[in-house]
Amino acid sequence: MGERILMKGNEVIAEAALRAGCRHYFGYPITPQTEVAHYMAKKMEQLGGTFVQAESELAAINMVYGAASAGVRAMTSSSSPGISLKQEGISYSAGSELPMVIIDIVRCGPGLGGILPAQCDYFQMVKGGGHGDYRLPVLAPCSVQEMYELVVEAFNIADKYRNPVVVMGDGYLGQMMEAVTFRDEEPIYKADKSGWAACGSKMERPHHTITSIYIEADVLEAHNQKLQKKYAEIKANETRVEEFNCEGADIIVTAYGTISRIVKNVIKDAEKEGIKVGLIRPITLWPFPSESYAKYADKVKSFLCVEMSSGQMIEDVKLAVNGRNEVKFYGRTGGNVPSQNEILEQVRAIAAAK
Amino acid sequence: MMHEIILAGFGGQGILSMGKFIAMAGLEEGKNISWLPSYGPEMRGGTANCNVIVADEEVGSPIVNKATAIIVMNQPSLEKFEHYLVPGGVVILDSSLVPVMPKRDDVEVYAIPATKMAYDLGNATFAGIILLGKLLEVTGVVTRESFEKALYKILPQKKHGMIPEEMAALEKGAKY
Amino acid sequence: MAIVFQKPHALTDKPFHYCPGCTHGLIHRLVAEVLDELGIEGTTVGVASVGCTYNSYEYFNCDMVQAAHGRAPAVATGLRRSLPDRQVFTYQGDGDLAAIGTAEIVHAATRGEKITTIFVNNAIYGMTSGQMAPTTLVGQVTTTTPFGRKPELHGYPIRVCEMLSTLEGAAFVERVAVNNVVNVKKAKAAIKKAFKVQMAGKGFSIVEVLSICPTNWGMNPQKSLEWLEQNMMEHYPLGNFKGKDLEV
Repeated sequence: MGERILMKGNEVIAEAALRAGCRHYFGYPITPQTEVAHYMAKKMEQLGGTFVQAESELAAINMVYGAASAGVRAMTSSSSPGISLKQEGISYSAGSELPMVIIDIVRCGPGLGGILPAQCDYFQMVKGGGHGDYRLPVLAPCSVQEMYELVVEAFNIADKYRNPVVVMGDGYLGQMMEAVTFRDEEPIYKADKSGWAACGSKMERPHHTITSIYIEADVLEAHNQKLQKKYAEIKANETRVEEFNCEGADIIVTAYGTISRIVKNVIKDAEKEGIKVGLIRPITLWPFPSESYAKYADKVKSFLCVEMSSGQMIEDVKLAVNGRNEVKFYGRTGGNVPSQNEILEQVRAIAAAK
Repeated sequence: MMHEIILAGFGGQGILSMGKFIAMAGLEEGKNISWLPSYGPEMRGGTANCNVIVADEEVGSPIVNKATAIIVMNQPSLEKFEHYLVPGGVVILDSSLVPVMPKRDDVEVYAIPATKMAYDLGNATFAGIILLGKLLEVTGVVTRESFEKALYKILPQKKHGMIPEEMAALEKGAKY
Repeated sequence: MAIVFQKPHALTDKPFHYCPGCTHGLIHRLVAEVLDELGIEGTTVGVASVGCTYNSYEYFNCDMVQAAHGRAPAVATGLRRSLPDRQVFTYQGDGDLAAIGTAEIVHAATRGEKITTIFVNNAIYGMTSGQMAPTTLVGQVTTTTPFGRKPELHGYPIRVCEMLSTLEGAAFVERVAVNNVVNVKKAKAAIKKAFKVQMAGKGFSIVEVLSICPTNWGMNPQKSLEWLEQNMMEHYPLGNFKGKDLEV
C-alpha cells in the first residue's frame, strides 16, 4: 500500500483507469467531469497512449467502440446530457459485446438542466437508455477511494464478460477531494481477446467480425439469448452491496453515492434519539442487490429511499421489497441535495407513526 | 474530534485553495479529510465556497451540515452560512469586507481586517492566510507545522520562495 | 493451366446480395484487389457502415467492424489509434458519410487520421428505398423529393471531395467513377494510392466513387451509366483534389 494522497474524484477516475492498463481515452468536454479529460490529455501524451478530444459525444463513444474492437482497454467519460448522446454507441457496444468503461458524473436534468450534482441518470444507465434488450453493470462509488477501486473493477468486469460497464457518480464525487491510497499493483483480469478482436488476421486465422446486426429472426434471438445468459451470470457473480447497521434496525434507509454518506450521519443522529436506523447501499445499481431488501422486508417498520432525483431507484427497491413492506421516498432535485436534517426529519416521522 | 468548516467568499479570493491547504494539512497529520467545492458558473465573479472536514473518525457526509467553524470573506457569505454553525461555533470574518456582524449571539466571532492587513504586508493575496491563522489558533484543526508542509505540497515550486512570508502572515492572523 | 482471372483473396466466397446492375460489387472487388496487391489483407481492418453495404464484413476477408450509421470514421479512428501498425479503411455511402456522419468524416479528415475512406456516391439512399441523399442532384426525383429536388425546399447537393480538400489533415482526395473500363482502372489506381498514403503515414485519404443505383433510380443498368455520365459527372467532376503528386 502506498501513501495517502489528496486527489479530486475526477482525477482519481483517470488515474485508476491508467493503473488498470487503459491507454485509450476518447471524450468530449462537459461539466462536471472535464478533469478526467484534462488528466488523461496530459498523462496519455507522457505515456504514449491515446487521448482524442472527439468532435462529439457520439464520435467519442464510437472511437471507444473502435478501440475496444481492436482489443485494447478503452474508456470515455461524460455527464448526463453527453451520456444521452452516447446511448446509440452504448447500445451498439452492448450488442457487439465490446468491453469498455463509461464514466457518468451525473448532473441535474432534464434537458440542459444544470451542472449541479444529481442522481437522475439512474433510469438511463440502469434501465437502458439506448435501444434493445441489453444490460450494463453500473457501479456506484460513494468516496474518492471507492471511485479508484471501482474503476479498476469496472475494467475487469468489462473484460471478463465482454460487456460495457458504467461507473456512475454524482457531480460531488467528481469534484470533491479526499485521501486516496493506491495499490502497488492492480488486480488485473487478463482476458484473452485473440479469439474475437479485430486487429488484423495476419493471414493466420479466419477474419474476425465485430457486429451487432443479425437480420435473421432466429439468429438474432439466439444472440439475445446468449446475452441474457451472460447477464444472468453477471447478476449471480457481480452484485455488490453495503449493509450498514441493518441488524435489528427499526427503519432501513437506502441510498447510493454521496447520499449514502449523509445517511450515515443521520444514523448517528437518530441513534441519539433512540431510533435504530440501518443503511442498504447498493454498490452495483445493476445488478441490483434485491436480496438485501428481501432479507429485511419483514423485520423493519419501513424502508426509506433517498435520492437526488424524483424517485428512480425506488422502483427497484419496491420490486425487491415486493409489497411486503412500505417504501417511502425522499428526494431533492435541481442540484439540491437532501440534507442531513431533512432526512432525519423523515426518519423521525416514520418512527413516530403508528 | 470532527472539524466541519465552511469557507466562503467571492470567486477569486482563493477560497478553494484555502480549503485545500487545510485538507492537505489534515492529511499530513493522518486525519480523515474531505474537501468539497461549490462548482460551476457561480464561481466566476459570484460566490465561492467549500466544505472541509478534518476528523479523527471516518468522514460521513462530505457536505457540512453543522459547521464547527466558518470563514467568511464577504457579507452574503456570512448571511448564507451563519445559521450552519453549531452553538459555540467559530466565525472568522474579514472585517475589511464584512461590515455587518453576525446576528447570532451563541457563537464566537473573530473579526479581522484581513484584506487591509494583507495590503499593509504588501500582498493582497495574504488575506485568506491571515484568516486561516486565526482558524488554526482558535480551533486547533491542524498545526502550523502541518500547514506549512501543506503549502509546500500544494503550491507550485516557483511559489515556494513566498512560503516564509505566508507563514508570517499566518502568524499575524493568529496573534490578531 | 494458366489462371487468367480469379477472385481476389481479400474477398470471401459469399455471393453478393446487391441488386442486379449495382456497382457495389465491382467497388468491393477493386478494394480487395488493392489489399491483395499491397499484401495487406492480414494487417487491415475494415469498417462497414449502415446502408446497402451494412454487411460488407461478410464479403471482405480482412477483419471487419460494423459501425453505427455515420460513425465509421470515429470507429476507424479508435481502431487506427490502437493499431498503429495496421491499415484501417471505411466503406461508406452518401447518406452515411455526407448526412448523418458529416461531423465524423470532416473531423477524421481534419485530424489527419491515418485511415482510408471509400465513399460510394450514388446520389440516393438505396437500402431504405430511394430517398433523397445529401448528394441527390437538383431536379432528381426520389421518394422524398417526388417532384424533384428543389433548392428552395431541399437545398443543394454536397460536393464532399471539394469540401474535404480544404482541410490540412486530408492528404489524398480523389473522385473517380466506375462507368467504363478506363474509369474503373483509374478508380483502382486511386484506391491503391489512398492506401499507400495511409501506409506512408501522410494523413487522411478518401476516394469518392461515383456509382449507380438502377433499382432506386428506376432505370436499367445501361441507362443508369448514361445518367451518371450525363448528370452526376457534371456536378461532381472527376479528378484529384489533393495529394496527386504525393510520393508514397
